[in-house]
Amino acid sequence: MLYDFAIIGAGVTGTAIARELSKYKVSAIVIEKLSDVACETSKANSGIIHAGYDAPSGSWKAKMNVRSNPLYDDICKELYIPFRRLGSLVVALAGQGTDYIEELYQHGVERDIPVEIIKELSQIKKMEPNITDDVEVVLHAPTAGVISPFTLAIALAENANINGVEFVFNAPVQAIENMGKFFIVDTPGKSFQARAIINASGLFADEISRMAGDESFKITPRKGEYILLDKMGDYVRKVLFPVPTKKSKGILVSPTVDGNVFLGPNARDQDSKLDNSTSLHGLDEVIEGGRKLIPRIPLVESITNFAGLRAVSSTNDFIIGESKVTPKLFQAAGIQSPGLSSCLGIAEEVVDAVKASGIELKLKENFNPTREKPIVFAELPWSERDALAQWNKQFGHIICRCETVTEGEIVQAIRRPVGARTVDGVKFRTRVGMGRCQGGFCTPRVIKILARELGVEEDEIVKREPSTKYFFGETKEFRQPRAASVNGSEVARP
Amino acid sequence: MMQKETDVAVIGGGPAGLAAAIEANKGGCSVTIIERDDGLGGILQQCIHPGFGLHEFKEELAGPEYAQRYIDMLGETKVDVMLGTMVLDMTPKKEILAINEQGVVKVQAKAIVLAMGCRERTRGAIKIPGYRPTGVYTAGTAQRFVNIEGFMPGTRYVILGSGDIGMIMARRLTWEGAKVEAVVEIMSYPSGLIRNKVQCLDDFGIPLYLSHTVVRVHGKDRVTGITIARVDENWKMVPGTEIFFSCDTLLLSVGLIPENEVSRKAGIRLARTNGPEVNQFLQTNVEGVFACGNVLQVHDLVDNVAIEAKRAGAMAAMYATGIRLPSINSPDAVPLVAGRGIGYVLPIKVNTGVDLALASRIGPVNVSLRVKRPVDDVYVRVKNGAKEVYKKFFKHLRPSEMVIFELSAAALNAIDKAQPIEAYLEPKPAKELSEAKVA
Ligand SMILES: Cc1cc2nc3c(=O)[nH]c(=O)nc-3n(C[C@H](O)[C@H](O)[C@H](O)COP(=O)(O)OP(=O)(O)OC[C@H]3O[C@@H](n4cnc5c(N)ncnc54)[C@H](O)[C@@H]3O)c2cc1C
Ligand SMILES: Cc1cc2nc3c(=O)[nH]c(=O)nc-3n(C[C@H](O)[C@H](O)[C@H](O)COP(=O)(O)OP(=O)(O)OC[C@H]3O[C@@H](n4cnc5c(N)ncnc54)[C@H](O)[C@@H]3O)c2cc1C
Repeated sequence: MLYDFAIIGAGVTGTAIARELSKYKVSAIVIEKLSDVACETSKANSGIIHAGYDAPSGSWKAKMNVRSNPLYDDICKELYIPFRRLGSLVVALAGQGTDYIEELYQHGVERDIPVEIIKELSQIKKMEPNITDDVEVVLHAPTAGVISPFTLAIALAENANINGVEFVFNAPVQAIENMGKFFIVDTPGKSFQARAIINASGLFADEISRMAGDESFKITPRKGEYILLDKMGDYVRKVLFPVPTKKSKGILVSPTVDGNVFLGPNARDQDSKLDNSTSLHGLDEVIEGGRKLIPRIPLVESITNFAGLRAVSSTNDFIIGESKVTPKLFQAAGIQSPGLSSCLGIAEEVVDAVKASGIELKLKENFNPTREKPIVFAELPWSERDALAQWNKQFGHIICRCETVTEGEIVQAIRRPVGARTVDGVKFRTRVGMGRCQGGFCTPRVIKILARELGVEEDEIVKREPSTKYFFGETKEFRQPRAASVNGSEVARP
Repeated sequence: MMQKETDVAVIGGGPAGLAAAIEANKGGCSVTIIERDDGLGGILQQCIHPGFGLHEFKEELAGPEYAQRYIDMLGETKVDVMLGTMVLDMTPKKEILAINEQGVVKVQAKAIVLAMGCRERTRGAIKIPGYRPTGVYTAGTAQRFVNIEGFMPGTRYVILGSGDIGMIMARRLTWEGAKVEAVVEIMSYPSGLIRNKVQCLDDFGIPLYLSHTVVRVHGKDRVTGITIARVDENWKMVPGTEIFFSCDTLLLSVGLIPENEVSRKAGIRLARTNGPEVNQFLQTNVEGVFACGNVLQVHDLVDNVAIEAKRAGAMAAMYATGIRLPSINSPDAVPLVAGRGIGYVLPIKVNTGVDLALASRIGPVNVSLRVKRPVDDVYVRVKNGAKEVYKKFFKHLRPSEMVIFELSAAALNAIDKAQPIEAYLEPKPAKELSEAKVA
């Protein structure tokens, strides 16, 4: 089949574009290298919807961030995505001066973003009781928020799928042939034909662009490492930024939308686009940075550490629009921070570029802007929990004790549009295994449910990609009886 | 919503819950066990190795066999068991909210015994850098895979932590034909029982690297190797001491933490052990709520779990039948503190001036403690101001072996409540030692 659009990459950028395009009468497919949506940079970042005062004036980053920030309220309501506008503080410590804070304040005023400068220590402490006593002045931006980046991508993908966009996973694009009127996009299993290509492939956007004939930019990875702490009530209340360095916004301390607290990220340039490992010195750097803002941050509450890679383009800005070299190749490349905060605007901008290129887009009459509300047992009052379990006993069966996730929610995550096919897929849709025991208790149980729902053997279930298997065969005791039951004869156990 | 009333509710049906329930029932109470699993026995169901019940039954039973003895005893009582029922909330008024496949269950109890056991510490809790591939499991999860599900989580292993579960798994996996390359321990001594080091590592030629830790996990999708390195006294890695092992699995046996979500919800104060603060009646700061087993302190021997749990069960029954037990919040409760060389000591407080009739009915009080690090030739002493409460000599003491001793009701009644009680270690004077040798 010849698609109107092939979208390469299913991070927040690709899924936001897919959803925007699904408002129109088009055929589109999202082609993703990994096993699910949001498996690369979109799952390992700070999850902050920035207010928009930060990026240099006139840049795509600033324009897209400012345009997108107000869009999150509606879309998060429509698609049931948890989002909280906690507000942020940029924290200047004694001796760091006020220049930077004032510059950001100016940006805020110029860009019509609510900002205020606060110097009164007691007022700052009231907002953020555990902040360092070294604080001299802060910039408060109430419209900054926190979101779950993978829930955003999952919800966008589901909604795009409901409205007709197809998704294919475990399909790395290896070559693109330009046939003039259309492109042929090759993956190991299958080739896809499309009239236009949208490049939303994150760290690999330069390679995809080159495959399509445009070598005008390069992407280099910049790693950021994190430490995630357990839920801690309101120990940290707002997104706390230090005065940044040239390379990054600096090491922050912030709540996540689910109530955990994280420290990070640091910033290190590297050659490998695949290396998302954490390092001892990196984690030490993160701790040191975090303590500058919250000196007594309880690291014993640490539950995991991880790293993400920023896709830094050679222009040091987002690259958005139709390629000047290859017509009908649309770029959404170099989407480094604040890419998450900008993806809704980027999607609109890409669709505008499509229209401007002469492709005619007609709005659908029957676009469905919402998705089925996911049931989240942990958030329900007792009376509803009771009714739910009586309606379907799977909702009375707790699988994840840390996050209180039921079997019913897991089954729901598997059966939804663009549903979970892997243990991580279930995890990112339901929070199973994200708590303090990090899957120790629930992983064997989730594997069982996945196998049952997908109609495969338990040892075929993977964490993410096909190379992330859990098991290496069966134990001695199980080998014989299970084999025996196949040919029907009785074999005594050793 | 199902509603139910019971004299004593026991949360958790592992060995602690079972023993407590039977005892509370003997005390003339209606008892309900609430267990989230589909069967009773708790962690013992996956411990198929022998080594349980040596003291209690004078036999080396496997975990499930030991559990079965208690399940059989329970069968002869009228204790009500709710399986597949997870407790999610509990109030100081002793109302329990749980869920199972029939819906929400509300249990109103007169007394509650907490017996929820513990959970394993994870990779995140100990900051191991590297990739996040499959092939990193806690030892208990691996134990469940192997012993219950029948799957092998890997073929070549490195095990971090020389806790008992890790060492037992090293032997289990070797029996299954897997190769255990190394057991790695950050301390300068093994953290599990010596008998497990001998029977599970030494007998199989599995090397134990003391004062080493994992400094990197290799492999983006599946573990491909583990780098370990020596650490100094401050647990900082010593550069240049790295050793690489090619393997596909890393098991973590780095400690257990009491399962205390539900306790927190009821406003129960937690101690340094991460378990509830209790007095000698095993009563928490919420009156009528008692704790025992691994939810109170991590035990190495199930026999000790049973002793502690029986006491909790008996106390809960007394409370439920209207006998008020002195409160840990009372000014008569004297702190029992961990002094020199002691990691922790329980109970956290000892109530003095207990009514004599009650005291004699309750009998002597158990004190349990663990030392901070291995020591030889020491006295364990307990003092109340200048007064000696307890003194005993030990040839060897290790953190892995809990020390348990009794304090008589008389000794407790003589306590001066103006002074704290302190447990500490005192090295035996060299003179006494050399004299002992000569003799
Ligand atoms: C440490 C860090 C912190 C950040 N914090 C924030 C923040 O707080 N706020 C904010 O707004 N932004 C933040 N960002 C930026 C934000 O995370 C990114 O801008 C955003 O996730 C980029 O999304 P994407 O969809 O463009 O890229 P990705 O999520 O990387 O998606 C690209 C997808 O393309 C796929 N792909 C690649 N090659 C191929 C191929 N050959 N064939 C098929 N598919 C392919 C990949 O597998 C991937 O799934 C942060 C980034 C990092 C690294
Ligand atoms: C791997 C391992 C090996 C061991 N080896 C030995 C040995 O060789 N010899 C020996 O003597 N001892 C051994 N022990 C020690 C001893 O067996 C344990 O300490 C003992 O099992 C603890 O009993 P428990 O009842 O406190 O906890 P558990 O056995 O963990 O039972 C707790 C129960 O509570 C339930 N529960 C928890 N939360 C809830 C909730 N919210 N609602 C409902 N139910 C809940 C759990 O499902 C579980 O069934 C070993 C322990 C382990 C972990």
